[in-house]
Amino acid sequence: MAINFRKNAAKALKQDDIQINLKNVVSRLRDHRSAAFTDAALFEQLRLECKSIRERAVFRLPRLLEQLEGNLLRNGIQVHWAETTLQANQIVLDIMQRHQATFLVKGKSMVSEEMGINAFLASHGIECLESDLGEFIIQLANEKPAHIIVPAIHKNRKQIASLMHKYFPEMPYSEDIDILAAKARYFLRDKFCNAPVGMTGVNFMVAETGTLCLVENEGNGRMCTTVPPVHIAVTGIEKVIERLDDLPPLLSMLVRSATGQPITTYVNMISSPRREGEQDGPEEVHLVLLDNGRSNICGDMELQETLHCIRCGACINHCPVYRQIGGHAYDTVIPGPIGAILEPQKAGMDRYGELTQASTLCGACSEVCPVKIPIPKIINRLRWEAVRQDTCNVSGSCPARKPLEAVIWKIWSQVCSNPGLYRLLAQLVTRLRNCIPAAIWQGWTIARTPPKPARTTLHERLKAKGIDYE
Amino acid sequence: MNDTRKAILNRLNHYQLKYSGIESDAKAKQTDWGLEEKVKRFTARMQAVQAEVHEASLETWPEVLQEICHAKAINNLLASPSTRWGKEIYADAKRFPSLKRFQQPVEAWKTDFFNTIEAAVTGSAGGIAETGSLILCPDMQEPRTLSLVPPIHIALLEKKRIYNTLSEAIHQQNWVQTGMPTNVILISGPSKSADIEQTMTYGVHGPKELIILLV
Repeated sequence: MAINFRKNAAKALKQDDIQINLKNVVSRLRDHRSAAFTDAALFEQLRLECKSIRERAVFRLPRLLEQLEGNLLRNGIQVHWAETTLQANQIVLDIMQRHQATFLVKGKSMVSEEMGINAFLASHGIECLESDLGEFIIQLANEKPAHIIVPAIHKNRKQIASLMHKYFPEMPYSEDIDILAAKARYFLRDKFCNAPVGMTGVNFMVAETGTLCLVENEGNGRMCTTVPPVHIAVTGIEKVIERLDDLPPLLSMLVRSATGQPITTYVNMISSPRREGEQDGPEEVHLVLLDNGRSNICGDMELQETLHCIRCGACINHCPVYRQIGGHAYDTVIPGPIGAILEPQKAGMDRYGELTQASTLCGACSEVCPVKIPIPKIINRLRWEAVRQDTCNVSGSCPARKPLEAVIWKIWSQVCSNPGLYRLLAQLVTRLRNCIPAAIWQGWTIARTPPKPARTTLHERLKAKGIDYE
Repeated sequence: MNDTRKAILNRLNHYQLKYSGIESDAKAKQTDWGLEEKVKRFTARMQAVQAEVHEASLETWPEVLQEICHAKAINNLLASPSTRWGKEIYADAKRFPSLKRFQQPVEAWKTDFFNTIEAAVTGSAGGIAETGSLILCPDMQEPRTLSLVPPIHIALLEKKRIYNTLSEAIHQQNWVQTGMPTNVILISGPSKSADIEQTMTYGVHGPKELIILLV
């Protein structure tokens, strides 16, 4: 079913607290990021390097995936392939059931959100416990993350304090951020200790060495990958990179673009389960590789760049539309500019095509993108895909084509390619400048002065000055 | 399962576009700081994220470690008896808090480990000056959780093993050629989070304190 973006956005705009919370946090994230890139020339150089790494990886995707699989298997990590989220969920469920596990602790993972694993496992009586502080808060509130890096971005400390108090009434109420974090630590420590399974996402997979690389600050990710006897990593097939040498520039770009830190507290590179003689680490490590529409994006030179994304969230933080409406209005796993190009291509234009309208094409997203994805260009392309008459190149039918609109553009193109007709119409518009019905502007003039045509056309004015090139 | 794999790979192969093969020659300039500069940068970065850095020497570090344990009122210290540093610690055990060993698989003493161990001391495979990071390659002697579960993590790092960048460490330590260690961890400060209002708080799920002894 198609989402109703306009309705969601209108609703979000009326919620003042969302606006204030977002504005504060998003502007901090932007400040941190710009402080981390003080040298514009170096930034551009690193961007080019990262772009070419990701481009090479996506171009060689099938080969790299096979290489990755080979090396992971050699290292003792089990690899599972899933075409759909349902298959991925089933793979996880099978592993859980084989170990008779009744709950798992989870590190932050957007692919696990994409799978809807929490709800799926709950329907089989298995609990997923979010352990990233932001995700933990979101899970208590029974909501979905509103940002890919800062899931609880839309909540302020007061809201979080009362939420925590509701669930942990035995601990005294506090709005102190250190105490709020300590409450989560206290509650989760026991869970880490006893969890039969830990689940996480992956930031990069290195084909050359068969390594899963994860970044995080809290240590909850390491808890999930290290303490339980079984670790399940879930990720999209496009996260693979070719060489270990490709990792340092990408890591540096990812972390600085996301939060402005030079590096996260932990960079966790996992190449093997517990080996003979080792005292800890999981006995089993599983990797679930999810396609879910990604491979279909590979067939088009221009659209393929969507898969270069390293999920830093910089485009989200710089998007004027996101800043006003927040993440929930998009009704997708990934919000913001990258979500607006990724989700329609994955799940179909019929479902998410409307998101291509969630942009002013201001270009801020592509200016900050660490791998130079031309997001506005892809948005434009998808808008065209949505209304083209012949076959749409993107999954899902092309539902946005309106007959009346098509006729109007047809006339427009006729007029513009016929000089006589164009002048006649231009003259007509200038003469009728006071009679333009207000209705044609629709919402445009709610906060803007309606444009008014000049008294005479440009051709007439030039002619009057004696200039005539024809 | 195999059908799914085949279907995904077939589709990717079918769609595969020709790669231009043009590599960007934009490679980040390799920095090369002197030892002193590396130590300075490493220390500044670490301190910026609330890690403590203590300068010591190969002779004085046990004394510094002893002082730290005393100052922090640490009652027990988890340390391997068989590493280079561990041997020295155990040889002079009475100057340290009660020493604990990781002598059985974690499952055998998880609850105890989580609830009673106050601090752990480890060595490190190196440091990174650019980002202020420790490189740890846990092994049989120093398991992965040593640097994760106890509230205080004390790490010994030889100054001469501080690399300029991660790239340099990858090459100097030959990770690709000799095979990656089971788990490489870069650690840059104590555990932290800014998930609430983008305000930093330390000691979330990992160690609350990271203390580095530079020797």
